[in-house]
Amino acid sequence: MEVNEYLDVFIEESKEHIQSLNDHLLELEKSPENIEIINEIFRSAHTLKGMSATMGYQDLANLTHNMENVLDAVRNRKLTLNVDTIDVIFNAVDALESMVFDIIDGGEGKKDVTNLVRKLDAIENGELNVSNSSSETKASVSEVSNIQEGLDQFELTVLQQSKERGFNNYQVTVQLQESCLLKAARVYMVFEIFEQIGEVIKSTPSVTELENENFGYKFTVILVTKDMADAVEQKIMKVSEIEKVTVSELEISQNNGGIESQTDEAEEGAVKKEKAKSHQHLTSKTIRVNIDRLDTLMNLFEELVTDRGRLEQIANTLRNSELQETVERITRISGDLQNIILNMRMVPIDQVFNRFPRMVRQLTRDLNKDVELQIIGAETELDRTVIDEIGDPLVHLIRNALDHGIETPEVRKANGKSEKGILKLSAYHSGNHVFIEISDDGAGINRDKVLAKAIANGLATKEQAAHFTDQQVYHLIMESGFSTADQISDISGRGVGLDVVKNTIESLGGSISIDSDFGNGSTFLIKLPLTLSIISVMLTEVQDEKYGIPLSSIIETAIVHKDEVMSAHNKQVIDFRGKVVPLVSLQKVFDVPGEGETGDYYSVVIIRQGDKMTGLIVDSFIGQQEVVLKSLGNYLTDIFAISGATILGDGQVALIVDTNALIK
Amino acid sequence: MVETTRESVKSIVFQLNDEEYAMPVELVGAIERMMHITRIPGTPDFVKGVFNLRGVVTPLIDLRLRFGFEEQEYTDSTRTIIIHHQNMDVGLIVDAAYDVVDIPIDSIEPAPEVVGTVQIDYIDGVAKFGDRLLILLNIDEILTKSALEVHFDNKEKLV
Repeated sequence: MEVNEYLDVFIEESKEHIQSLNDHLLELEKSPENIEIINEIFRSAHTLKGMSATMGYQDLANLTHNMENVLDAVRNRKLTLNVDTIDVIFNAVDALESMVFDIIDGGEGKKDVTNLVRKLDAIENGELNVSNSSSETKASVSEVSNIQEGLDQFELTVLQQSKERGFNNYQVTVQLQESCLLKAARVYMVFEIFEQIGEVIKSTPSVTELENENFGYKFTVILVTKDMADAVEQKIMKVSEIEKVTVSELEISQNNGGIESQTDEAEEGAVKKEKAKSHQHLTSKTIRVNIDRLDTLMNLFEELVTDRGRLEQIANTLRNSELQETVERITRISGDLQNIILNMRMVPIDQVFNRFPRMVRQLTRDLNKDVELQIIGAETELDRTVIDEIGDPLVHLIRNALDHGIETPEVRKANGKSEKGILKLSAYHSGNHVFIEISDDGAGINRDKVLAKAIANGLATKEQAAHFTDQQVYHLIMESGFSTADQISDISGRGVGLDVVKNTIESLGGSISIDSDFGNGSTFLIKLPLTLSIISVMLTEVQDEKYGIPLSSIIETAIVHKDEVMSAHNKQVIDFRGKVVPLVSLQKVFDVPGEGETGDYYSVVIIRQGDKMTGLIVDSFIGQQEVVLKSLGNYLTDIFAISGATILGDGQVALIVDTNALIK
Repeated sequence: MVETTRESVKSIVFQLNDEEYAMPVELVGAIERMMHITRIPGTPDFVKGVFNLRGVVTPLIDLRLRFGFEEQEYTDSTRTIIIHHQNMDVGLIVDAAYDVVDIPIDSIEPAPEVVGTVQIDYIDGVAKFGDRLLILLNIDEILTKSALEVHFDNKEKLV
């Protein structure tokens, strides 16, 4: 078996399971008694162990094995969880994650986990103060005995009932060939078959040991199925490297006492299992597709759109009604196709949000704060490219809110607030944008303190400061070289943080605004475009060249008579609704060859960034258009005032103006 | 760089200012006829602009101008050689491109101080091929970004 083939699947699924471990552990911490959650965690750990053992990542398997032991003890109520034990389990999950990341980076997924293993052992044995008892947790193989003896009351009941309902109970012994290399893989395949035809009630050695290859070449299971004995045998023999399969009828001694009373319970169990199964069927309706393939699809589609544009032109000149009809149909269909392709690239923001509960938990413990994280709208969808970029800025804002925003429980109490702070993270759609809001009920922004610091750092003068609006003051904290916390901590910044956040968001075509109520908390609102690849632009013409100006930064367009243009500080300005707006000629900025403007009127596009405005003079407006934003490639980077290019219907390239660069 | 383990280097031969140049085929993605070019403001004159190469916006360098030759009107034989190099896709505009040859490694000599009219920096070596003299170009030097940056610095002051 070529392992590499399965590596991608392994990595993806491991990541999912680790995420699920994290999520459920957090839930478990809130309700330590909930056996459902423990079961869920156990299942994830178990699958992870099986997979890593099969792939040969022994350290990963060992650690999960020990984790599983602890969870098993919890499940069987031999052990109760407390914060410290959960901490150890979290640490174990972290270790698992780092190993998986090592594997992703091409490593062997090796890591020294003996310390963690010992801690887990200690928890399992009920002694948290780690002694030197490095008891080997290698499961002993000696337990293998007559399988029937090991059946508990519940299993007996199930067997009995299935018999009554016309199922067959078999004891199936499978003997693997001694040349078999990946025993766990074969076991897995055999169990796959078992699960197709019926239900495995018990297995000796246990499934866990089988997956760890802690057995000879033989294992026995009790199987409940409708198939006949030889049918079962044949099906299993289809798995290669199986030496022999013996299927024998399993007789259960009539065990009267207490069985009746448990019948209902068993039925309930069966129903639950069925529910779980139907749920699995629902979730398997997706497939994984490499993002590169989606990008290729998108590129091909864009070419199609370009050709479609040409077809439309041809059809219009030929005026053949049949051709025109066909082209119209193509236009319609490709429009639908575009929607589908764009939707395929959308992923829920949960992909970014899901790591935050864990992070917040850790940070609040480090900072000795008590904070509840509320997540709203995790299902909100965003383009994949935006998702990839937005993670770090959000991490920063959350750290910032926890460190500088929310106060310690003592301070909160003294201020008459509840000791538990609330950090709210919400995402929602509005128009063509996605909004992400990070709000806390912490200290809020102290206007005077910010101003004092800004003046001290030379970001503003005293005279300016007096006239600043609250918004302007809050924006100061996102200037570089600013940190409002009196103490610099490890958690967030030395004043190099928020400006980076701001820059990242702006480079994504978004914006960030801050609102704050001193003493009652602050809110950071991030506005992002739904997708980076398709934007609405106003196409304009400057001499023979076409430039697209992103609609998101345009306030309006205007035709201005030459006489209305005034001059201030040697710069052209106009009076736009009572505001003085500087004018910039695109022809001059871009050195467009051709004669200067003629005529008495200027076509002006008024653009805005924050509360600054600028008017761009163009020759004419062509119209509003949805275009695919493309980069200029790796050779031409940092072109002044150009953020990218797009391909127009006629196949020509038009440049997209970076309006932020033109506003001073 | 040019592969040296093999006996010979398969190369594309193209013409520029009546001289013949060669470039390993591995670098070449396609050879295209001239298409509509969109000028990019604020770039040196050898960057002619960008064009639409099957949906990918690809920058174009006029090799004549890159080497400081005299600019010439594009003709029917003018070609764009699309280069993939270090994650960059760039089109090189040449006078003509018509041949693929195997240049034996041992026929390649280091660049002499003066060869044709191209600066020595851009040349990896020269190869005698029959009665032809092929100049092997150094693609790294042609695509070096420092040539762009010098220009950008001058432009910054504009607005």
